[in-house]
Amino acid sequence: MDTTTPARLSVRHLTKSFGQMVANQDISLDILAGELHCLLGENGAGKSTLSSCLYGLYQPDEGEIRIDGAPVDLNSPGDAIRAGIGMVHQHFVLVPTFTVLENIAVGTGSGLSLDRRSALRRIAVICEEYDIPLAPDRLAGDLSVGEQQWVEIVKALYTGARLLILDEPTAVLTPDESRKLFAVIRRLIDDGISVMLISHKMTEVMQSDRVSVLRKGRLVATVKTAEVTRDKLTAMMIGGQPPSAARAQRDTVGSGQVLSVRDLTLSRDGRPALGEVSFDLAAGEILGIAGVSGNGQDDIFECLAGLTTPDSGSIAIEGKALLHASPAEMAGRGVGYVPSDRFRDGLVSDLTIAENLTLGQQWSSRWRKGPLLDRTALDTNAETAIADYAIAAPGPSARCGKLSGGNAQKVILAREFAKARRILLCNQPTRGLDVGAVGFVHRELQRKRDEGCAILLASEELDDLFQLADRIMVMFRGRVMATLDTQAATYEQVGHLMAGQEKQAAAA
Amino acid sequence: MLDQLLQASILASIAAATIRIATPLLLAAIGELVAERSGVYNMGVEGMMLMGAFIGYLAAYESGSLWFGVFAAALTGGLMALVFAIMTITLKVEQIVTGLALNLLGAGLSNYWLRAAFAGEGKTPVIPHFSDVPIPGLSELPLVGPILFDQRVLTYLAFLLVPVVWFFLFRTRYGLIVRCAGENPKALDVKGVGVAPVQYAAVIFGGIMAGIGGAFLSVGSAARFVPDMTNGRGWLVIIIVIAGLWRPWPVLVATLAFSLLDALQLQIQGIGLDVPYQLLLMMPYVVAIVALAIRPSRGGAPATLGVPYLRE
Repeated sequence: MDTTTPARLSVRHLTKSFGQMVANQDISLDILAGELHCLLGENGAGKSTLSSCLYGLYQPDEGEIRIDGAPVDLNSPGDAIRAGIGMVHQHFVLVPTFTVLENIAVGTGSGLSLDRRSALRRIAVICEEYDIPLAPDRLAGDLSVGEQQWVEIVKALYTGARLLILDEPTAVLTPDESRKLFAVIRRLIDDGISVMLISHKMTEVMQSDRVSVLRKGRLVATVKTAEVTRDKLTAMMIGGQPPSAARAQRDTVGSGQVLSVRDLTLSRDGRPALGEVSFDLAAGEILGIAGVSGNGQDDIFECLAGLTTPDSGSIAIEGKALLHASPAEMAGRGVGYVPSDRFRDGLVSDLTIAENLTLGQQWSSRWRKGPLLDRTALDTNAETAIADYAIAAPGPSARCGKLSGGNAQKVILAREFAKARRILLCNQPTRGLDVGAVGFVHRELQRKRDEGCAILLASEELDDLFQLADRIMVMFRGRVMATLDTQAATYEQVGHLMAGQEKQAAAA
Repeated sequence: MLDQLLQASILASIAAATIRIATPLLLAAIGELVAERSGVYNMGVEGMMLMGAFIGYLAAYESGSLWFGVFAAALTGGLMALVFAIMTITLKVEQIVTGLALNLLGAGLSNYWLRAAFAGEGKTPVIPHFSDVPIPGLSELPLVGPILFDQRVLTYLAFLLVPVVWFFLFRTRYGLIVRCAGENPKALDVKGVGVAPVQYAAVIFGGIMAGIGGAFLSVGSAARFVPDMTNGRGWLVIIIVIAGLWRPWPVLVATLAFSLLDALQLQIQGIGLDVPYQLLLMMPYVVAIVALAIRPSRGGAPATLGVPYLRE
C-alpha cells in the first residue's frame, strides 16, 4: 500500500471511558482509501466501542476523527452517514415485516412521498455494480441470514458510504456465504471504498491489507498483513502464547449407549422444526452438531432437556424411554444442560453466583436448613466453584449480571457439570467467548468426557467440533444431513452440508 | 320485539346513531393507532378524552364558540400527551403505569375543576351543540343519505381520517419512519433519524385526537359536561386498536361494530323491553373481551410496542 495515498479516515488519540472502565485508550490509526483494514481483538478489547465512536453512536472523551484530512464531529449516526461512513452491525438491524426495499429506503430521501421507483433503480445499480443478489420486494423476515447481510451492506452503500465498517459479519454465515461476502468486499475495495472489518477469525483477518490489533482498550500495533503470521497476530491479540489447539488424541471411546434418540419430530407455530432426527450417544463420547443457527439445534436440546415435548419419536436414556419428562426429571437422570443464550436461559442476572449455582435444585436438602436456604452451604459451594473454574469474581455474592460472558459461562458450566452424571448437553458453549475462555471450555469438556460423560455439543464454530467431537452430525432445516467421523471429515464437506448441499458434500 | 327493530325507520335511526357513537371512538382510535405504530402504548386515552370533554365544554361555555371549545380540547389532549411523552420517551418511565396515572389525573382534575367552576349548581349549564351539516346532494340519497351525509362536521372529519392515516402510514416516507420506530427503532437510529422526535410527534397526534374525541362527547352531542362522561370509552379505544390489528381499515370496522352494539342497546332501551338496562349497557364491553380472547395472538402488533428505546 502506497503511504502517500490520503487516509480516508484518521483517528488520533481517541479515548473513551464508561465510568471507571476505559474502553478505548489513546487509539490512533489510519484507514486508507480502497483498503481492507482489519480490527482484531478479543471480546472486550474495545473493538465495538471504537466502531461505535466512528459511527457516532458514542462520543469519544478525547481525540480527533478526520475524514479525508478534515476533522469531523460525529455526534450521531446521521453525522457519520453524511461523512460517508456506513456500518453493518453484528446483530442486523432490519424490520422483518418490511420489504427489502423499505428496509433500505426508510429514513432516506426527502419530501412526503416514498419514491419507490427511484429507490428501486438505485438498489439495482448497487446490486449490479458489486454483484450482490437481492430481491427488493421480499420481506426481510423471509430472508436467510446470508441474504440479510446483503441487505445491510446495500443499506450502507445506499446512503453513499465510502468507508464501510463490518462488525463481525461472518459470525453467523456459512463458510460458503462468507466466501461470497469476501468476493463482494474485494469488489468494493477495487472501487475505492474502504472497508474496516472487525473480526477475531484468523482466516478472514489474513485476507486483509493491514491489521490493527487491540488489546484491553489499547492499540497494540497496525501491521501489514503480508508481513505477519497468524501466530504472531494471535500473540499480539492475547498478549502471550496461544493455548494449544491440537486435537487431543485418544484411543478409547467409551462403550455403552447412554442416549438413544429415534425419529424426533417437532413442529413449532405450524412449521416443521425437527424432522425425524435420530442418533445415539455413548459414554465418553462427544457428538458434535454442526449447523447455521436456527436449523433445529435449539429444538433438539430443548427436547432432550425436557423443556419441549416432541410431536413424535422417542428419547431413551440407558434404555429407559423418557419422552414426556420434565426438566427436573431429566436433571434427576443425570442430564446437565448448558443453553445457548446464557443470560436469558442459563442464569438469572440479578441473583448471586451462589444462588445461580443452586438454581433448579433449591429444594434439595443439600442447600436447606429446614425450610430456609443454608447460606453457608451455598457460599461454600460457590467458593469451591470459583476456585475450580477460575471464575473472575469478587466472591459468592457477586451478581451474575455483572460477570463477563466467559465468567458467566463458567458459572453455568460449574452448575451443569455437577448435574451431568451421565449426559451433558452443550449448546453453543463458546459463543462470544474470547480465545482464553474458549480454551478453558475445551479443556473442561475433554475432562468431563474422560470421566465417562456422554456429551452432545452444538457449535457454529467448526473449530470447536473438529477439535473436540468424535463424530459430527450436520443439521439443516431441522433434519440430519449426515453424521461424519471427525477424522475423515473436512471443513469444506461440513460447510456444504450446513448449506443444505448434499451432492457436493458427497462428492467432496 | 324483532318486528319493531326491523322497521325501516328504526333501522335507519340505529345506523345513524352508530355513526354518531362511532365518531369519538374513531377519532381517538386513529390517534392511538398512530401512537402505537410508533411503539408507544398510550394507556392514558381515557384521561385525555375526559379532559378534552371537560375543557372543550368549559372553553365553549366561556367563549360562546363551539369551535373554540374543540380547539381547546385538542390543545388539552396534546398537552397531556406531551407530558406522557416526556415521561415515557425521554425519562423512560413505564408506559402503562404512566398512562394509568394520566387517567387518574384526568378524572380527578376534571371533577375538581368542574366543582370549582360551577360551584353550587348541581348540573352544568346546557350550551348549544353542533348541529348536523347535510352535504348538499349526497344527503338527498335515499336511505344512506340521511345516515351517512347528514352528520356533524367532526364525524365527517373522523371518517376522512381513516383513508388519510392509511395513506400516511403505508404510502409516505414519514409513515414508513413511524412504523419503523414501532418495529425496530434501532433501524431508524442507525440511519441517522432520531427515534424520540418521531415518537413524540406520534404520541402528541394521538393526544390531540383523543382530546377532540372527548370534545365531541360534550360540545358535539350532549351540549353539557357530566363527571366521568367518557365512561370507559378511552379503554374501548385501546381494545379497538388491538381488535383492529393496528391497521386503519380494520380499526374502522372494529369501531363500527362496537358502536352498533351501543346503538342497538339504546334502541332496545327506547322500545322499553323488559331487560335490565345494565345488561344492555354491558354489551359492547362483553363483546370487547370476547374479541380480545379470540383474536390471533399478538398478530399485527408493532414488535417493540411498549418498549422504551435505549441505544445499547
